[in-house]
Amino acid sequence: MPDDVMTVDAVVVGAGPAGSAAALELARAGRDVVLVERGVFPGAKNVYGGVVYGRVLDEVVPQWWTEVPVQRWVTRRATMLMTPTQALTIDYRSDAWDRPPYNGMTTYRADFDSWLAGKAVAAGARLVTSTVATSLLRDPAGRIAGVRTDRPGGDIHAKVVIACDGANSFLAKEAGLLPRTDSAHTTLGVKETLALPREVIEDRFGLTGDQGLDIEMVGCTSGIPGGGFLYTCLDTVSVGVVVGLDGLAASKTRPEELIGILKAHPAIAPYLRGAELKEYSAHLIPEGGYRAMPRLATDGMLVAGDAAFMCLAAGLWLEGVNFAIGAGLAAGRTAAEAIAAGDTSAAGLAGYRRRLEANFVLSDHKRLRNAADIVLADRMQQEYPGLACDFVEQIFTVTNPKPKLGMAREFFRAVRLNKVRWRHLARDGWQAMRAFR
Amino acid sequence: MSYPDVSFDERMSTVEFRVGERAHITVDSDVCRSCTTKDCVHACPAALFVPTTDGGILFNYDQCFECGTCYQVCNREGAITWTYPDGGDGVVFRRG
Repeated sequence: MPDDVMTVDAVVVGAGPAGSAAALELARAGRDVVLVERGVFPGAKNVYGGVVYGRVLDEVVPQWWTEVPVQRWVTRRATMLMTPTQALTIDYRSDAWDRPPYNGMTTYRADFDSWLAGKAVAAGARLVTSTVATSLLRDPAGRIAGVRTDRPGGDIHAKVVIACDGANSFLAKEAGLLPRTDSAHTTLGVKETLALPREVIEDRFGLTGDQGLDIEMVGCTSGIPGGGFLYTCLDTVSVGVVVGLDGLAASKTRPEELIGILKAHPAIAPYLRGAELKEYSAHLIPEGGYRAMPRLATDGMLVAGDAAFMCLAAGLWLEGVNFAIGAGLAAGRTAAEAIAAGDTSAAGLAGYRRRLEANFVLSDHKRLRNAADIVLADRMQQEYPGLACDFVEQIFTVTNPKPKLGMAREFFRAVRLNKVRWRHLARDGWQAMRAFR
Repeated sequence: MSYPDVSFDERMSTVEFRVGERAHITVDSDVCRSCTTKDCVHACPAALFVPTTDGGILFNYDQCFECGTCYQVCNREGAITWTYPDGGDGVVFRRG
């Protein structure tokens, strides 16, 4: 980067999915855009929990599935409710997910994020890696006017800053959009990527060719609000847990011990027999959803992706990369229009939120705004997996010569056995119906 | 729950770190001495926080995931000063 002052139309901070999508749209609109990334390559700092839902990539490149760096196409999707000795799995597979446009894919973020950043570069964005945006620049009137980087003479002046700087977004914090900490709405994900031969993965998980499996789990985190996950890549299996920061701190349990407990579970251990650890990783996840989101636009700046709490952690749906891409595209388009119109104030950038409300990003988040609370509630974590497992166990246990009790009485028994209160069950059931309607 | 797992050192040796010269996180042990919970010690996925006999905290930034868990769970203002490593330094995830 030259030592003289650098002035561009827009600077995008963070070459993750949100940042690369934003830079892509600005470049497509003919704008001079710099994409700043602190890692040695895009994706070097990024970790995800299993599936990238690619349909939003239709707006990036037609027939993206022919070139995206996919590991496996998810054709088998399971949700597992667990107690230390039991597992109730809802396991779904479909041929429809095994052909274009597919549904979900597994990938390595080093590959996926680099590929997406490459699309922005091909469209004309300038990618600057190994560079940290350390603070915001402001004009004499106090509005955001660029970023300072850790390169000598590395100030970048811009009409718009798009902060896609991830779960810790220090730029959104500096702009006063996010609190310094928000441990109640943030989870920690820890993951092990384990090597297994390709044929072994296919045999163990019932997969053929480049088909993949994703399992999401509840009740496997020693009572700490959170969950577990397992997904397959070509010749690795990744397994990990996601736990609320406050619960983790209170538990005095170490994160990798929670992975160890999950790996030792009788329903999981056989899947991983003989697997060798290739990489251990950890990352924060902003899970607060709609109600924890910051203001998305301020004078001279937009926020997208994890920096704007756009991970959807709503039980059945655990998505983030797609939301980041959707928001990044909208941010890039809005910024390009605002620059063309000569108004990059908060009012000039207000179209960003309108765009997100009109597409899936804020519609889904708004619809599912109460779901995270329900999924992470103590009873959902500590009582209901046991209730469900015991109910199913009783139904499937043949107790001859005693006759069958019948579904209703078996359910009553499971409720009593798990010390679940009926009024809690009724209230939680009602709230869950409302939250997921 | 006995699972033949790798040692913590082996676990961390699977991760690539480009260690910078600047300590991107610093800990003010004087502040930590007044902390009774020391949540950072257990919560840090890289186990970089070690309690000392005098009630302080010893911190090593070399193998940091840059996740942010420590400052999020820290309940003592000013105990942990957290910045990103310089550009290009720090963790490099290959299979994140």
